[in-house]
Amino acid sequence: MSARHAEAIVIGGGLVGAAIALGLRDRGLDTVLLDEGDIAFRASRGNFGLVWVQSKGLGAPWYQRWTRNSAQEWPALAADLASRTGIDTALQQPGGVGLCLSEAEFEDRARRMAQMREEAGNFGFDYRMIRAAELRDMLPGLGPAVVGGSWTPYDGHAGPLPLLRALHRAFTDAGGAYVPNAKVTEATAAPHDFRVVTAVGAFAAPRVVLAAGLGNADLAPVFGLHAPVRPQKGQVLVTERAQTIMPMPTTSIRQTAEGSILLGDSQEEAGFDLTQKPAVMATIAERAVRSFPWIAELNIVRAWSALRVMAPDGLPIYDQSERFPGAFTANCHSGVTLAGAHARVLAPMIVAGALDPVLAPFSAKRFDVQNAA
Amino acid sequence: MFRTRPDARPATVEVIVEGAPVLVPEGASAAAAVLIAGYAAIRETAVTGAPRGPLCLMGVCFDCLAEIDGVANRQACMVTVAPGMRIARQHGARAARP
Repeated sequence: MSARHAEAIVIGGGLVGAAIALGLRDRGLDTVLLDEGDIAFRASRGNFGLVWVQSKGLGAPWYQRWTRNSAQEWPALAADLASRTGIDTALQQPGGVGLCLSEAEFEDRARRMAQMREEAGNFGFDYRMIRAAELRDMLPGLGPAVVGGSWTPYDGHAGPLPLLRALHRAFTDAGGAYVPNAKVTEATAAPHDFRVVTAVGAFAAPRVVLAAGLGNADLAPVFGLHAPVRPQKGQVLVTERAQTIMPMPTTSIRQTAEGSILLGDSQEEAGFDLTQKPAVMATIAERAVRSFPWIAELNIVRAWSALRVMAPDGLPIYDQSERFPGAFTANCHSGVTLAGAHARVLAPMIVAGALDPVLAPFSAKRFDVQNAA
Repeated sequence: MFRTRPDARPATVEVIVEGAPVLVPEGASAAAAVLIAGYAAIRETAVTGAPRGPLCLMGVCFDCLAEIDGVANRQACMVTVAPGMRIARQHGARAARP
C-alpha cells in the first residue's frame, strides 16, 4: 500500500488532537488528522465544558501554570475560531466557585487553596474562600446546606461540541486533511520517519502526535513512548433550558449559553464500561439540589456518561520520544480547558521539533520506578 | 387547520386555552385541545424564539411544550385534559426560581 506523505500526522480527532492539528496546520505543516470513528469512546463529546483552573495542580504547580496559561489563551482561541468559522464556542470566563457543603469540606478546600498559593510562588494564585452569606449574593438561590466556597477569577466554561466543530472546521478550511474512520491498525517508527496504516489508507510523515485518548495506551509503545492512561467514568445530567440564572459556573453545576443546566462531576473506576448508574445519577442530582434547591423543579431531559483519560496521578502526560525523535504524545482529561494551550502553545513546540522544558514535569518518565522511588 | 374526526367522542370537557374556554372530548390530550382551539403554535423556542406547535403527538418531539396549570414546559401531548385545566403559551425558556 503506497502511503500518503504529509509533514505531520495527528492520531485522534477529539478535542486534543483537533486543537493540536489546527495549531500545526496554522504554522504551515501539511497535516493529516486521523479520527477513529463513532465506535471510539469520544471523551470530547461527553465533556462537561468547564474551562477550569482552581482545582488543578495541588502539589504540581507546573500543572496549575499550564492550566492557567491555557485559560489565558482561550479568549484568543475563541475569537480566532469565531472569525474563521462563524462558530461561537460560548466561552465565558466570569470566575468560578467550588461549593462546599460542610465545614469539613470548607476547611479542607481552604487548606488546599492556601497550599496552591504557596506553591505558586511569584506566579501568584488569586483566590478567596467565601462564606455562604456573601456567596448567596454571587449565586442566586444557593441552598442552606452550602457553608461556603472557593472562588478564583480564572475559571469559566465553554461549549465542548461547538469547540470540537469549530476546531475541525478551521482545520479543514485551512487545508488540513481530516480522515474519518481511520483507526490506526499498524504502525512503524524510525527517527523522523513514521508510517501508519488505517482501514482507509496508509500515511507517512516525519512527525506524529498521539492524541488518541485512551487509545494512546496501546499506541505509545510502538513509538517509543509510554502513556499509561486508564478510563475514569463521569456521568452528566442535563436539565431543560431555563432563563439565565447562574452568573458563573461551579465545579459540578453550570448553565450553558442556551440555558440548560449541566450537573456532573462523578468519578467511577469501572474500566471501559459506559453504563449509566441510577445510584450515581441520584447522588449527582441530590448534591445539585442541596447546592441550589430550585434545580429540583427543573426536568432532567438528558443524561450521559463518558470516560475521562486519566493518568495514574491525574495529571496530563506530554512527551516526546527519545528513541524515535519526531513522535509526541498528549494525554489529558481536560480537552476543553487545555484547548488554548494545545492549539497555541504545544503545537508550536511540536513544529519546532522539541517540547519546551516547561513540559518536562509532564513526561511519563515520572512513572518510572527509579523516579517514583 | 384541524377538525375533529366525525366519530370522535362528544366534546364535554371545558379547558382554558390561552385564556379562552374550549370544549374537548374526555380523554383528549392538552395538545389536542390546543389544536381544537385553533392554535398552530403554542410555544416559542428557547434559543431563537421560533414558533412551535404540537407535531409528533406521542411524546418524542417536545414541540408541544406549554404551561399547564402553572407548570412550565409540560409536554401537552402527554397530558390528559381535566375540567378547568389551564393551557397557556410557553414563551421561550422557562424561569428557574431562585
